[in-house]
Amino acid sequence: METTESTETVVAGTVVAKTASAEPQRKRSETLYFALRNKKLVIGLSLVLFLLLFAIFGPMFTDKDPFEFYEAYGEPPSKEHWFGTTSPGQDVYAQFVYGLRSSFIVGAVAGCVAAAIGMAVGFAAGYRGGVVDEILTMLTNVVLVIPTIAVLIIVSAYLTVGSLLWEAVLIGVTSWPWAARAIRAQTFSLVSRDFVSLARLSGQSGWKIIVKEIAPNMSSYLFLTFILLFGGSILIAATLDFLGLGPVEVMSLGLMLNVSVSNSALQLGMWWWFVAPGVGITAIVAGLYVMNVGLDEVFNPRLRRT
Amino acid sequence: MKWYLARKLLLYLLTFVVAVTIDWAIPRLMPGDPVSGLIARLQADPTAAQEMHGYYTESFGLDEPLWRQYLNFWLGLFHGDLGPSIAYVGSRVTDLIKTAIPYTLALLVPAIVLSYIAGNRVGAMAARRKVLDNTALPVSYVLTATPYMWLALVLAYIFAFRWQVFPVSGAYDFALQPEWSWEFAKSFLYHWTLPFLTLFLVSFGGWAIGMRNLIIYELEADYANYLQDLGAPNRLVRRYAYRNAVLPQMSGLALALGAVVGGALVTEIVFGYPGVGSLIITAIQNRDYFLLQGIFLFIILGVLIANFIVDIAYVIVDPRTRTGLQGS
Amino acid sequence: MSLQVDNLSVYYRTLRGEVKAVDGVTFSIGDGEIMGLAGESGCGKSTLGKSLIRLTGRMRHVDGKVALDDETLPLDDNRAMDKYRFKRISIVPQYAMSALTPTRKVGKIIEELLESRGVPYESVRAELERRLSLVGLSQDVLGMYPIELSGGMKQRTVMVLSTLLNPALLIADEITSALDVSTQKAVAETLVEFRDRGYVKSTIVITHDLAILYQVADSILVMYAGRLAEKAPADVIIESPRHPYTQLLISSLPEVGVTYAENRLTGIPGRPPPLLDPPKGCRFRHRCPLAFDKCVEQPPFVEVEPNHRVACWATAPPS
Repeated sequence: METTESTETVVAGTVVAKTASAEPQRKRSETLYFALRNKKLVIGLSLVLFLLLFAIFGPMFTDKDPFEFYEAYGEPPSKEHWFGTTSPGQDVYAQFVYGLRSSFIVGAVAGCVAAAIGMAVGFAAGYRGGVVDEILTMLTNVVLVIPTIAVLIIVSAYLTVGSLLWEAVLIGVTSWPWAARAIRAQTFSLVSRDFVSLARLSGQSGWKIIVKEIAPNMSSYLFLTFILLFGGSILIAATLDFLGLGPVEVMSLGLMLNVSVSNSALQLGMWWWFVAPGVGITAIVAGLYVMNVGLDEVFNPRLRRT
Repeated sequence: MKWYLARKLLLYLLTFVVAVTIDWAIPRLMPGDPVSGLIARLQADPTAAQEMHGYYTESFGLDEPLWRQYLNFWLGLFHGDLGPSIAYVGSRVTDLIKTAIPYTLALLVPAIVLSYIAGNRVGAMAARRKVLDNTALPVSYVLTATPYMWLALVLAYIFAFRWQVFPVSGAYDFALQPEWSWEFAKSFLYHWTLPFLTLFLVSFGGWAIGMRNLIIYELEADYANYLQDLGAPNRLVRRYAYRNAVLPQMSGLALALGAVVGGALVTEIVFGYPGVGSLIITAIQNRDYFLLQGIFLFIILGVLIANFIVDIAYVIVDPRTRTGLQGS
Repeated sequence: MSLQVDNLSVYYRTLRGEVKAVDGVTFSIGDGEIMGLAGESGCGKSTLGKSLIRLTGRMRHVDGKVALDDETLPLDDNRAMDKYRFKRISIVPQYAMSALTPTRKVGKIIEELLESRGVPYESVRAELERRLSLVGLSQDVLGMYPIELSGGMKQRTVMVLSTLLNPALLIADEITSALDVSTQKAVAETLVEFRDRGYVKSTIVITHDLAILYQVADSILVMYAGRLAEKAPADVIIESPRHPYTQLLISSLPEVGVTYAENRLTGIPGRPPPLLDPPKGCRFRHRCPLAFDKCVEQPPFVEVEPNHRVACWATAPPS
């Protein structure tokens, strides 16, 4: 604590200005230094990247189609079918790699949608305050208490979700409230700061101040929020797919679990059918969560253990 | 304190109204005529379709003006009437849910309470303690990232299929009838263990992580530093840290309820456990919309009640809400 | 001698190396003495104060020793130091507003702390209530949660709690900086009163506010960039300081009626050297109007008059 104080002490405008330009650069390299040294971040990020590469390039290693039926019924992993086959004869590896793709797409899109809504609501409530805040907070709280999964079940049962994108948007639209709440709180604490008052005095419009002054000052926080939304959306999508409420024309890890359960893979002891998709989901989400904590430690020196 | 709880109650009331409205509006917001859409998906033959069309229109009350329909929906709700089931012909939705709910609650309540207690304890112990932190934390992260249905499958495969120490499915032995007897209780407990364990483990991970991170923040707080400056033993400092960290964890409990309920639904499906989850999958497969709508309302109601219970507990733990001063 | 500090060095571990926040500091405090510890923020005064009671995670005791009533303190041994804390050395922290855990009643906090230190609550209960009323608090505060107390009440409660076991040394760390002027005065008076009544033997008052020190302190120790600049009786420091830094600090003091903010503007030009890699010799020489070639060597902290020590080649050359 004392160290930072000593670099920005009292008086002499020129000196202060000089250090101010040197500061961000040093901060950035310091952040990078901590990032590379942070075990959680490195492990989480590697895991997520590995799976992402697997999702992108995995399908190239196989000529099999996830929906095609082959003449191998419920066979354990073999040279021909690396991850085994389902009882009607589908290739589990092909299903898995395409399912992994779906998970990333749904997670990313739903995460973006939820983050966008959460930011819009959170910024507006935190920046405007007053009646706008009251109303938005009420809305946030109402949506927050209603269990996401219940709404998604009822909505997708009626709508018959046909595409991944549609599913992702639905998930995004229902899972933003906690993000909005967190962003609102952060915005509140920033609004009272000098640089925001200064921007206000200089007559800038509200949204301009939010985009130019407030958002950049909590960018790391927003990024962390997005990662959590990303991971959460993947889990929700898996649940929906498992219930048979997701798109059925697109392969997903949740759908694999659905079909394996309805075909009694468990009772038949066909572990290869359900192990891979579950490991896939768990690994992505755990990777994202661990990465999130690592990043949090990098951004917040208070959490670092020296 | 009264004001705090009253405000919460008002929020829940509003939420319930919103939920009921969603529940009512969704079939009516569908593009085109909802009834035709439903019947098309049922793929019934033309005469049956004709009959069903009339039946549905009447059941939905679609021939009346909208405000009247909305009012009827509420009236039906107050009379405990959520319409007839399609999947279970001849049964009322309310009765079906009433039979299923005890099973779901039997899984949910112990799983929520015990995982909350155990997770908090372990998380608090792990904070700033190297060995435990390095073991408990990674395990917790994997657990909390695990989809419920998958953990259910894995546990069932290991304990029921491979080792055969627990049954694969059902809530009690087929030969038995639900009754208050030793035999039934034993069989019930035996079937209950694996689904309970699934819910417990996944939730446990989340609580442990949350508590660990909160304790780390609390141990850096001013009061913790002051106590240490005055030579207070770690035991005391940690006790205070725990007391303060429990508060945000309790708010978290309210938020997590929805996820655990979702977890219970899919876990029941894997284990063929006769709770609300199994009801949902039947409803989805048979396009039984009345049943789905009814379950939706029951889930919301349950979550709202649970939220209120958490709020009351919060007031007991946090003096700030009790002294009339603004609590968070 | 109540407190004897010999050549104490305490560094902060940071990524870019060790910050020499306290570097070879030697001084002593007599029985019943209230010593002010002054200097710009970042000069190491707070680190010095904290290191006497508890070294936190990143602080490292590099050299030197500290003796309290001729007993050497085991600064490096956190466990062994516990014996001294609260009973022999105590602290009133900077953050008195948040020093009490929000979810426990004040009385309960005090009780649990005392019991954990092996002091039965009942044995000091009467004294506690007497001291609370001395600072104008009714015993009702014991039944309240910290959030129910005002800032000033919390401050006084913490002062009473910290001194309850009559410590030989009390460290008051920037306790007035968060308060308004009238409250500042009351707090300062309380410090003197506690000393006069024998609740504490010696006190170190850490502050950047010399005006407060003039009110309460018997002596003032001025620090600059991790080193000692000057120590003398309070009136000597205020009226005839020897060290150029002290002189500038005093001359930058506001006249009556001039606000603190304006004072800042006319402060000392330049800034303290980085403590990560401080320059050799006198650390003030780059800002010092009197600096000359001798100043590249570290000046000794010499006694120029009884009880008046200065580290400066120009104004206090060793004889």
